[in-house]
Amino acid sequence: MGAAPAKKAAYGLLAEFDNPQALVDAADRARREGFVKMEGYSPFPVEGLREALGQKRTLMPVAIFFGGITGTMTGFLLQTLTSGSLPREWDQWIPLNQWFNYRLNIAGRPFFSWQAFVPPMFELTILFAAFTAVFGMLAINGYPRLNHPLFEVPEFGRASVDRFFLCIEADDKLFDAEKTREFLNHLKPLTISEVPA
Amino acid sequence: MTDMATKEAKVPEKESLFTGTYNFGTVTSKINDIVTGPTGKGWIFGFAVSFLILQVLLMAVTWLLYEGIGTWGVNVPVGWGFDIINFVWWIGIGHAGTLISAILLLFHQQWRTSINRFAEAMTLFAVACAGLYPLAHMGRPWFFYWLMPYPSTMQLWPQFRSPLIWDVFAVSTYLTVSLLFWYTGLVPDFASLRDKAKNIWARRAYGILSLGWRGAARHWHRYETSYLLLAGLSTPLVLSVHTIVSFDFAVGNVPGWHATIFPPYFVAGAVFAGFAMVVNLAIPARAAYGLKDYITDKHLDNMAKVMLASGWIVFFGYGVEAFMAYYSGSPEERDLFMKNRAFGPYGVWYWMLILCNGIIPQLFWWEHFRRSMFWLWAISFVINVGMWLERFVILMSLQRIPWQSSAWGQYCPTFWDLTTYFGTFGLFFTLFFLFLRLVPMISAFEMKHLLPESHTHAPGSGGHH
Repeated sequence: MGAAPAKKAAYGLLAEFDNPQALVDAADRARREGFVKMEGYSPFPVEGLREALGQKRTLMPVAIFFGGITGTMTGFLLQTLTSGSLPREWDQWIPLNQWFNYRLNIAGRPFFSWQAFVPPMFELTILFAAFTAVFGMLAINGYPRLNHPLFEVPEFGRASVDRFFLCIEADDKLFDAEKTREFLNHLKPLTISEVPA
Repeated sequence: MTDMATKEAKVPEKESLFTGTYNFGTVTSKINDIVTGPTGKGWIFGFAVSFLILQVLLMAVTWLLYEGIGTWGVNVPVGWGFDIINFVWWIGIGHAGTLISAILLLFHQQWRTSINRFAEAMTLFAVACAGLYPLAHMGRPWFFYWLMPYPSTMQLWPQFRSPLIWDVFAVSTYLTVSLLFWYTGLVPDFASLRDKAKNIWARRAYGILSLGWRGAARHWHRYETSYLLLAGLSTPLVLSVHTIVSFDFAVGNVPGWHATIFPPYFVAGAVFAGFAMVVNLAIPARAAYGLKDYITDKHLDNMAKVMLASGWIVFFGYGVEAFMAYYSGSPEERDLFMKNRAFGPYGVWYWMLILCNGIIPQLFWWEHFRRSMFWLWAISFVINVGMWLERFVILMSLQRIPWQSSAWGQYCPTFWDLTTYFGTFGLFFTLFFLFLRLVPMISAFEMKHLLPESHTHAPGSGGHH
């Protein structure tokens, strides 16, 4: 680890545990201690860890809902406007009218036959909601991000396999290289590593 | 909270879903070693054979593009031949993957965990094979984008009232969402491959594929929420896709197709054939890679039960078709069923499909047949054949007798129809062998969740760990 560097030079302190319960307990102690800027790392989702770290529930479901609604509306407008559903008298008021107001007469069915538009509307609802779920989740999590200070710690290579980590970040108000390390020591981790910035 | 935790710590059925003693580390290494370890002889042989068969497909498609779809047996009156039969068959097979990964996830069926990745891959490759047929059937597939809504210079838009356009939306959405679902599930496992792989290029490749996944609690929380909602979205999606596929027939005002039973009975048929295909693939794969601790006999037993149940829905569908043909009072419907479906030139195939889909699967009532690998594999194979015959009978029995008797004709697949069908197996298995070699075939992070030591209780509430 070398001589204790200046406070700003580090990303944080990383404590390693070998089971999920130890991590949940450690996170709970750290939250009670008053630490806020901290994060737990585990190879699979650990129940209760989010609560122990004091993190809020995600708003992903709301985003996905609006993604889905956008899909429904896209499907509805796409089909309605391109099928000549609007009255002919409006033609002169519609911008780019010649691009999309195509009156397709199929066996005399009404131009605005919305019942037939339901299947594509449904599919686009699912498609847009799924895009929001996957790309939204990745974007809010900050992925793709191939480099990260944590990857500089050799022990962290097992975070995806069988080890559980608690990282108290250096920009936490209570962070102090010496005292925080002492606090983490009380939690009896396997190792404590300093994460270089 | 405490009650829940203690209850979960001793869920008994986990024993039978996960045999042998494993811990977090050995679960990962067992699954990852298949990917990072040396290439087996069996794999090379299987891949080589599949790749050769893929060349048959390339030849068939090249000849089709050069000569036109006159090389196929389709003509007036039978315009939909092998291309649509195989399209429906392949896409139906794909549906079991989504069912296992999404619907069983929503129902908290933990036995899905070791087979979902596998089944999702099967979905993707089956949909790829299925998608090939309508593209090839266009005759000029380079104009496929004419199916997409876009402002063209001719000011022409797709005919949104047609089930064929619904199909475009349904199948392309299905492929996209299945791919996203599969990839999202893979990200944490790619991260463990990145961290464990010794080869620098493997590390880089899996590093990029993992997107830099770190497994932070905040990330896991959003991940789990999104993944669950994705499952919730995939469930109605898979039902809608085969419903829309059945609309290709049911919306048409043609005796034998114009029936409201089509959507549910097509969906059930898809589940039926898809589970049969999962079993056909899982039995050899788990034997070859020594994964009997993960894909246990209990899993296969459950899949056989699903086949038994969905088989009955399909069988019921056949019954309703026959009954409605009679009950409609329409002479065309009755004629069609009696002279062209149950009896007549295609009668043999009809009774074969009843045998394959209705009678033989009843053996699954006996545990002996569900637990015997030979019988399970063989009956599943028979179901796949039966479901192919079903699509053949549905398509063939009525197209050959249009309203004008002077236009009646016959359909016979040509050499190129057969090679195209044969060749799609090459595409499917080539992709599948690549999947087995390059991607962890079992979801390691979800398997870890099945281990008792993964369960936590609220901090400070006692309990031992």
